[in-house]
Amino acid sequence: MGRLKQLAVDVAWTLVPFLVLGVLWEIVARSGIYPPKLFPSLVTVFDALLRLTVSGILWVNTQGTLLRLVLGFLLAAVIGVLLGIAMGRYRFVEDVFLPIVSIGYPIPGLAYAPLFVLWFGLGDLPAVLLVGIASSFSVIINTWKGVKAVKQIWIRAAESMGATDRQMFYKVILPASLPYIFTGMRLGLAQAWRILVAVEMLTAVSKGLGWMIFGAQEFLATDVMLVGIAMIGAIGLLLEKQVFKRLETYTVVRWGMMTA
Amino acid sequence: MTLIAWEIFARSGLFSQALSPPLEAIGTSLVQLTLDGSMIKNAASTLGRVLLGLSLACLIGIPLGILMARFRVWERFWMPLVSVLMPIPSLAWVPLFILWFGIGDVTMIVVVTYAATFPMIYNVWAGVRSVSPIWLRAASSMGAGERVLFWKVVIPGSMPYIITGVRLSFGRAWIAVIGGELLASPSWGLGRIIFDAKEFLNSSVMLAALLVIGALGLLFERVVFQAIERRTVARWGMIVGWKQ
Repeated sequence: MGRLKQLAVDVAWTLVPFLVLGVLWEIVARSGIYPPKLFPSLVTVFDALLRLTVSGILWVNTQGTLLRLVLGFLLAAVIGVLLGIAMGRYRFVEDVFLPIVSIGYPIPGLAYAPLFVLWFGLGDLPAVLLVGIASSFSVIINTWKGVKAVKQIWIRAAESMGATDRQMFYKVILPASLPYIFTGMRLGLAQAWRILVAVEMLTAVSKGLGWMIFGAQEFLATDVMLVGIAMIGAIGLLLEKQVFKRLETYTVVRWGMMTA
Repeated sequence: MTLIAWEIFARSGLFSQALSPPLEAIGTSLVQLTLDGSMIKNAASTLGRVLLGLSLACLIGIPLGILMARFRVWERFWMPLVSVLMPIPSLAWVPLFILWFGIGDVTMIVVVTYAATFPMIYNVWAGVRSVSPIWLRAASSMGAGERVLFWKVVIPGSMPYIITGVRLSFGRAWIAVIGGELLASPSWGLGRIIFDAKEFLNSSVMLAALLVIGALGLLFERVVFQAIERRTVARWGMIVGWKQ
């Protein structure tokens, strides 16, 4: 019984802030400070949510955004891990790429958007490439650091026990640098997610939540915009809480390299 | 090496020269824009927005983070809101903010503040909670009052996290301001240069602006924040300093 009561209290505490926010929102919306067209009441927003869900528009756009996120992130992960490992292992690669990476890293990926539009046109190609490249930097840097941070003793121990190059890589270097690689991927995914929406607005993709919001602006459809933002928030929360925490628990935590 | 690679790429004709200009063209436009003062003016207004947004984020984030860490009620009320609002990229709000606040500085600053506040709150909260209870007990057993405890133990103890928060916030703010300027096109700003240059296929100007953006970002990260860190937490021996 005590447990159930605790649960009820927890749920109440989670709901209260949103209720307060909702009530405040309604007060502003109904007070007429802003015209209702610009600051819709929650009923209107909910209505739009239902409408968009039933007609499938919301789902189609969400799908577009998720697909782009996955493709962009895969691109970043592949480029990042390969290049990062190569940089960590081979001096020559490091000399060539480290300056590029250190110049490119502090430039927000979004700033390249207009350039990418000129190079690759509008649509999905520049969006995916941009998200991929922009988020690859943190994967590259972290992978590189991870490979460099492998304890020398482990390498020597494996060597003295007669490990081949291949074994060395798969059994020592890769597992040892994995916590770093995951950190990089986590940062990369977060970055990809943060710019993806804006990239969609700039490259005029055909389907996507960012584009839905941007398009709705033309029609002053603030309710649609808010639905889009809410959807984006939900996906972001899911990514944060579910995807990466799980991945980490299954791998590096299980190997005892990190505590949960 | 990078420069040579770019030159080969630019002159190879893979893309036309208007799209990937050789280095001298980029250099020329960089010099030109700096000399006629427009680059400086644009950079100054972008930086101004970032700094104003960042200060607002500190004003909101630091007190809120401390209150959340010290008082259970604050934490229970704000934490759900923070964790739901944080994953929404600030740029998703831009079109809505444009409708609410118009095109211009207000929108930009609201976007930057939105982007910068959440990492700030989160890090301050984590920092205050990370203050070792032993320090608190030690200080209070030596007769430190609430006030002394707060200023002499809690604040310095959470400083590494707070500085990390400012750093992260700056990174977020920097992305948000460039994105915001591309989308909301206020009259001045580095993002605006890029946006305008695109209309005229002026890719050398775009690349020049990109270089300035990168250089400013690097300058803040390397020079400003590291200096702050050295003066405070590294000197107090809380973290191993950059180069001792």
